[in-house]
Amino acid sequence: MAKSISQEFVKGLWAEVPPFRLVLGLCPVLAVTKTVENGLGMGVATLFVLVCSNLLVSAMRNVIPSKVRIACFIIIIATFVTIVEILMQALYYPLYLALGIFTPLIVVNCIILGRAEAFAAKNGLIASFADGLGMGIGFTLSLGVLGAVREVLGSGTFWGTSIFGPSFQPFTFMIEAPGAFVALGLMLCVMNLVGQK
Amino acid sequence: MREMVKMIIVLTILSTFSGTLLAALHNKTKDRIEYQQLKFVKGPAIREILKGSSNDPIIDRFKIKDGDMEKSFFIGVFDGEANSVVFETFGTGFQGQIGLMVGVNIKDDKIVAVGVTTHSETPGVGSLAKTDPIFVSQFKGLPIDQVFKVKADGGQIDAMSGATLTSRGVTTAATDGSKMYKRLKLQITENLKSLNK
Repeated sequence: MAKSISQEFVKGLWAEVPPFRLVLGLCPVLAVTKTVENGLGMGVATLFVLVCSNLLVSAMRNVIPSKVRIACFIIIIATFVTIVEILMQALYYPLYLALGIFTPLIVVNCIILGRAEAFAAKNGLIASFADGLGMGIGFTLSLGVLGAVREVLGSGTFWGTSIFGPSFQPFTFMIEAPGAFVALGLMLCVMNLVGQK
Repeated sequence: MREMVKMIIVLTILSTFSGTLLAALHNKTKDRIEYQQLKFVKGPAIREILKGSSNDPIIDRFKIKDGDMEKSFFIGVFDGEANSVVFETFGTGFQGQIGLMVGVNIKDDKIVAVGVTTHSETPGVGSLAKTDPIFVSQFKGLPIDQVFKVKADGGQIDAMSGATLTSRGVTTAATDGSKMYKRLKLQITENLKSLNK
């Protein structure tokens, strides 16, 4: 393991940012980014699950028998997802209503299982924490940016407040499902252009 | 053999731990979640019905056992006296159940107002039952002690055009509420009396 802790953290923010570089976990990325608020809410929920499951998987990596490791990972992940779901209901109910089925579906988000399997199961606690935090923040920011683009164009608002005034004709296409694909494609394009050197 | 035992032990311990944790969290947050659900899902309809009441009907609520079901009643205080209750009943509409909040003044047994809470009716047609106040306002001031029907069935309520089934669903829900109110009237008055002391 030549990489330092800070490198593990930073790679999740740009070089391996989940939705745009690894193109993983697209289901929530496309479905919930109608508004910035929903996007960031989903991102933070995923961030929490990712960090906690990475930590626990890493802590238990020598105890878990390799034959049933996936089952163990899923139990760990599902527990944290349920915790997030309960907390969201208790503290932030409108977000729970807006995200709907996509909160429990964090269980099958491939970023989380992917990081548990590919990273946390082979690395120490601190490195796994840094990896989870970096990936999670990268994911949250991606969803926030995508949500911002779609909300500003699609409904002319940012975080629920109107920014263009009443004369603005919203580009409704952007908050529909096809708009999600178009916005994601454009973001990928921009990321590749900037990254190309 | 040893490996198998280890797999079983690890999985069992993980599941037990996860189950206990989630059960504990669920118990801790149960009341809070119930309050949040009432506030955001049913709250708007309840507040609309008890407009001008001087209390928070969601905090001032009591439960009465009706057969196997526990029913929640929300109290409205007007002029310093708790004289109205709101409760939810259900009727079958065009597509599935329609939830209807019915507010009754217990002094004269007349309907204060009704409002639709949950439904899965056709958007723009049947859904008007919830969004268009004209239809539900027909219930205002009617005595609760009667069978509600749409005019086409020889009743007193004008159906919404194009949404007869939805209108029928709302009237059956109201009729159901009328029956339940009659059944539980004694207990409701008892509960309100103890509150007025």
